[in-house]
Amino acid sequence: MKIVLNGEPRQVQATTLTDLLAECGFTGRVATAVNEEFVPSSLRSGCTLNEGDRVEILSPMQGG
Amino acid sequence: MKTFYGTELPNPLMLGTAQYPSPAILERAFRDSGAGVATVSLRRESGAGQAFWQMIRDLGALILPNTAGCHTVKEAVTTAHMAREVFDTKWVKLELIGHTDSLQPDVFQLVETARILTEDGFQVFPYTTDDLIVGERLLGAGCEVLMPWGAPIGSGRGLNNTYALRAMRAEFPEVPLVIDAGVGLPSHAAQAMELGYDAVLLNTAVARAGDPAAMARAMMLAIQAGQLAHQADPIEARDMAEPSTPVIGKAFLS
Repeated sequence: MKIVLNGEPRQVQATTLTDLLAECGFTGRVATAVNEEFVPSSLRSGCTLNEGDRVEILSPMQGG
Repeated sequence: MKTFYGTELPNPLMLGTAQYPSPAILERAFRDSGAGVATVSLRRESGAGQAFWQMIRDLGALILPNTAGCHTVKEAVTTAHMAREVFDTKWVKLELIGHTDSLQPDVFQLVETARILTEDGFQVFPYTTDDLIVGERLLGAGCEVLMPWGAPIGSGRGLNNTYALRAMRAEFPEVPLVIDAGVGLPSHAAQAMELGYDAVLLNTAVARAGDPAAMARAMMLAIQAGQLAHQADPIEARDMAEPSTPVIGKAFLS
């Protein structure tokens, strides 16, 4: 399935958000959104991915 | 001392974590200044996020995540939710940027977003202008802190409109007020505290200085001096001279 991950097109096997994080090696503290909607970590395993979904995986970063 | 949503700040310096020459220098700036609050953000995971998070936690400062770069209500609300989960705090520095060049806040969307986030249980620190009515609306939307700009973000121009900032202090005597953005020099930070502001939030002035750790410490000293001066009830400026040495008793020698 083809999705857009952090702005980049990507071919993935995962069908849920939890599986996607594992597949892409995101093991640390991250926050997720699918199609511009926040997905809390508790709902990731039930979040089914569809073709063309836009997934954002964000992590702590420097800020002012 | 005023509290920020029930939390007393260790000291009035809120320091940004962006733009430092290296993580080690960022760490030293915090350690040498003792800044009580660290502002942070969320960006696409590129591998560096986890080490950064570990370092920030070790600083022991209170964490204030921002919504920097957000231009719409929806974007800011989603970012705030993501930040709450990642940083495990209800605090959010709400930035709603209205203009790309000046980074001036879009105060209309700011008020709307502040209301939504407050209803969602957030404790909102709004980056706003020095407009009193906007301040009033933000308080009405549930904000218990206001953060007016001194000057545009990163400009280093200091307090552009001390008249307005003084009026804001007078209008909202019980509200914790923070000068956020525009500070370039310790004298600007001292001036903010002399006006009776409760804290100063700055980033670029320290991070882009030749010696960020030394500048961070200079900012803290200036903030403490300004705070002490405010508490000491400074004199009013006057137009004419007034001799400080007693006139009575002066020898007649001419």
